[in-house]
Amino acid sequence: MKEREQEFLEYVQSGGQVETTDWMPDDYRAKLIKFIEMHGNSELMGVLPEREWILRAPTLQRKLALTAKVQDEVGHSQLIYRVVSDLGKPREQCLDDLISGKSKFHNVFHYPTKTWGDVGVIAWLVDAAAIISQKALLKCSYAPYARIMKKICWEESFHILHGRDVILTMMNGTDAQRELVQEALNRWWGPLMQFHGNPIPPGDDPMYTWRIKSQGNGEARQQFLDGYVPQIWELGLTVPDPKLSKNDDGVWEFTEPDWDELMHVVTGHGPKTEERLGLRRTTRDETEWVRRVVLPEAA
Amino acid sequence: MIYEVFRQERKGQAFAHAGSVEAPNEEFAEWYAREEFGRRGESVALWVVPREAVHEIDEFVDELGRNYHRVDGYPLKEKLKEARERASRAAAADR
Amino acid sequence: MSARAELLLPIADDELILGWRNSEWTGIAPFLEEDVAFSSIAQNEVGHARALYQLVAEELGTTADELAFDRRPEEYRCSSFVELRLVPDWAKTIARHCLYEDADERRIKELIESDDPEVAGLAAKIDREEAYHRMHAQMWFERLQDVPQFQEALEELRPMVVERGEHLPEFEQLWEEMTEVRRSVAGATW
Repeated sequence: MKEREQEFLEYVQSGGQVETTDWMPDDYRAKLIKFIEMHGNSELMGVLPEREWILRAPTLQRKLALTAKVQDEVGHSQLIYRVVSDLGKPREQCLDDLISGKSKFHNVFHYPTKTWGDVGVIAWLVDAAAIISQKALLKCSYAPYARIMKKICWEESFHILHGRDVILTMMNGTDAQRELVQEALNRWWGPLMQFHGNPIPPGDDPMYTWRIKSQGNGEARQQFLDGYVPQIWELGLTVPDPKLSKNDDGVWEFTEPDWDELMHVVTGHGPKTEERLGLRRTTRDETEWVRRVVLPEAA
Repeated sequence: MIYEVFRQERKGQAFAHAGSVEAPNEEFAEWYAREEFGRRGESVALWVVPREAVHEIDEFVDELGRNYHRVDGYPLKEKLKEARERASRAAAADR
Repeated sequence: MSARAELLLPIADDELILGWRNSEWTGIAPFLEEDVAFSSIAQNEVGHARALYQLVAEELGTTADELAFDRRPEEYRCSSFVELRLVPDWAKTIARHCLYEDADERRIKELIESDDPEVAGLAAKIDREEAYHRMHAQMWFERLQDVPQFQEALEELRPMVVERGEHLPEFEQLWEEMTEVRRSVAGATW
């Protein structure tokens, strides 16, 4: 590694922060763009499963809360793509690559939502899994990204409470409602366990080396289980993994997720991948004229 | 066009950079800034500025180490120790 | 039905259904900044509907949610104008936005003059929020006024503003979707 790159590496590893106009190694910039772009893609794709339920929300309060939650996610993607844009990859190019399948988004957004139970489980548990990763990103070496993470984490805090409220209301309701929650949890548990990625040792993870991520995948998963399995069990819900338990060393043991399945899904083969990318493609095409009229430099 | 947005969280606080929005003109930029950085009551005021109007300076020249006008130019520990010792010796000699 | 219900239900139903139609753009609006902005407008509309329903509900001894969700399709008093499904046509969406805000302004100003202090008070609050919607509509109108697609959309939609009576065929589908979860477990708390 060249001397300047070595200095940079030592700088970020000792907590140094990098701004947009600072010199950075090509590899750092490339890995950063890819990582942040995937986050932006995920926020944008996460909107699609949830927006269908805005229209079906069973009370005015839920309708407003869900609309605000989804609005936040669109807002997050706006903030995130601005960061990527300033790093050298314009938003429209990111959207091109998302729609063509060239770039990735998180596994959970490739799955269908089937009932109002899913709405609760997603807001409560999927958002919780996401916020664990996002809190770790507050320490990202790239400062513009770390700064927007602060706003994102602040906005996510109501999402989780909303999710918990939806779930608790159903759990206190009828047998049919409790069944909706359990059934949704059974379907979402697999993707949730895969969410933080396969357990690469932090030393082997270039994201960690460059201090883009400050937490290993395994560590994030343990944090998720520690925080949320007790919350699940105390409601009388079951987790569809007979091996799930906390051992004497305080480490959660579980059935090893199917990492091949994860790779298969995030490379564009999830049950809903094509349909959702198709929706993005058609609505983007239909509104192309608006961008040409209103944002000519960007289109 | 890119517009930079600065926000004031509470009255009396400094305006801090919050982020940026893309908009065709000032009117749209104000709408989008209000939405993106103020829809949850998180700011009491915003400044919206076209990006070209913001000029960054990050180089400051000090070749000859001008510490005469900084606190680090005044290490007084040794001098103070010497002065205290001299004063206590003088007091002891008087008795 | 009381005088207050007669007066406010058509407005509340308009705001609910328009808010519903506008929130169909959430996540797929022409660009991200506008997506966030338009979503706030949709939320405000649903919020206005809720506040109006609450005023009527007090009188009728029911709740805002019951008024919003538990009526049969024929019992809703919204105009066919707001029932139109316009996604993914942004020209028509903005055309409706401009025409609706214009007509709604007159309606709200009348309510502000109401002898009923609760109605007048709520109308004033709604008007202060709607002022921003009108600003947004004006902003887009100025940007799109020379675009043929937009001019055509205005011409096509303008006559529909005053129509009220028969529901459009798409309203039945809207009602099905809107009440699907609520009807799935009758009488449940959500």
